Amino acid sequence: MIAVIDTQAGNLFNINKIVNGEITRDPYVIERADKIVFPGVGSFSFVMDSIEGIKETIIEKIKSGIPYLGICLGLEVLYDSSEEGPGSGLSILSGSIKKLTKNRVPHIGWDTVELIKDSRLFSGIKNGSYFYFLHSYYAERNDYTVAITDYGNIISSAMQKDNIYAVQFHPEKSGINGIQVLKNFRDLI
Amino acid sequence: MLAKRIVGALDIKDGRVVKGIKFRDIRTIDDPVKLSKKYEEQGMDELVFLDIYATNENRGITYDLISRVAENINIPFTVGGGIDSLDKIKKIIRLGADKVFINTYAIINPDIIKKASYEIGSSNLVIAIDAKFNGSYYEVYSNSGEISRNINAVEWAKTVEELGAGEILLTSIDADGTRKGYDYNLIKKVSENVNIPVIASGGAGSPEDFYNAIQSGADACLAGSVFHYGMYTANEIKKYLMERGVNVRI
Repeated sequence: MIAVIDTQAGNLFNINKIVNGEITRDPYVIERADKIVFPGVGSFSFVMDSIEGIKETIIEKIKSGIPYLGICLGLEVLYDSSEEGPGSGLSILSGSIKKLTKNRVPHIGWDTVELIKDSRLFSGIKNGSYFYFLHSYYAERNDYTVAITDYGNIISSAMQKDNIYAVQFHPEKSGINGIQVLKNFRDLI
Repeated sequence: MLAKRIVGALDIKDGRVVKGIKFRDIRTIDDPVKLSKKYEEQGMDELVFLDIYATNENRGITYDLISRVAENINIPFTVGGGIDSLDKIKKIIRLGADKVFINTYAIINPDIIKKASYEIGSSNLVIAIDAKFNGSYYEVYSNSGEISRNINAVEWAKTVEELGAGEILLTSIDADGTRKGYDYNLIKKVSENVNIPVIASGGAGSPEDFYNAIQSGADACLAGSVFHYGMYTANEIKKYLMERGVNVRI
């Protein structure tokens, strides 16, 4: 069962339509999950507040090695903190999420994604494909970056570290390519 | 590279898509979900739903419509019209809309911009500005273009950015529905003065109008009539733009 974390604000239904999981904020359901999707809409602090009661369960599950997919804020919360506001993230990855400083911010719209490392998340997807972005904060390029997007700042548009997958764009809003990314995650064994 | 966006406008009244001219003379067009799917297939980058009578009739947008659209399309969409509380904003996002836009309520109570951007995130909050040239400056109007506010649209745009708005949906009341071209001067003035994306709205009639709006500084171009009446598809507009060096998603 795939647990789609209910962050009280977000595009849960579109995601769940494809991954066919269970939208939940019940720690017992999350404990039973064999995959987790963390969709994110909202601000860093707001989302961290909203998952207060299940934060430890999510961290434990990620550390147990089950596949995790963070979407947008679900990528950002993997870090210790964010320039967006106070509060601690899940601290699965060390460092801080930065604010975009070039061009118009937020970064809104369809932008190209350059695949720089192989990841099963992008199987069947052409390099340079368009995905939909909607964010003001980003993870800098790092060892786990598998795809980048150049928006003046180089955005880690997708990352993978072992069982942890994360995308800055919204696959649930990115047409056929986005559906493929979600299916790729769903079908991971 | 970030693509310029073509945005389809769906004005909603009683659950149906309608279209007026200069905010008046309203005609029924089609079922919103059916039309949304068609537009997605034709290359639309984004959709905006406006419940055009919500503010003036003091009622909320049809929530049922939001979930139906969310279930049926895989491109982003924005919802607005008659939104007057943080609860409504949160509910709309929760039902599957990507962005919410507010207009009248933000003018009456600018503090909502701060509060909403904290909860739903700045990127998901759009402020709609309806403007009309009054002989000396572009003046902000509220309540579907009925009430003039003695506020300069350019100054208001700067204010909403400071308060946390993530995007501006900028409509020229005079140009709306005329298909005679956007108000390029308005687009230029506003986009030069803010650092958040600006969606140009009102007056699109030909592919050239979209091109000119982008040249004037628009990050996205919204249109209703040209799509509703089948004059052009989003892909046809984008092909025209691409041939002229504009970066679009095709």
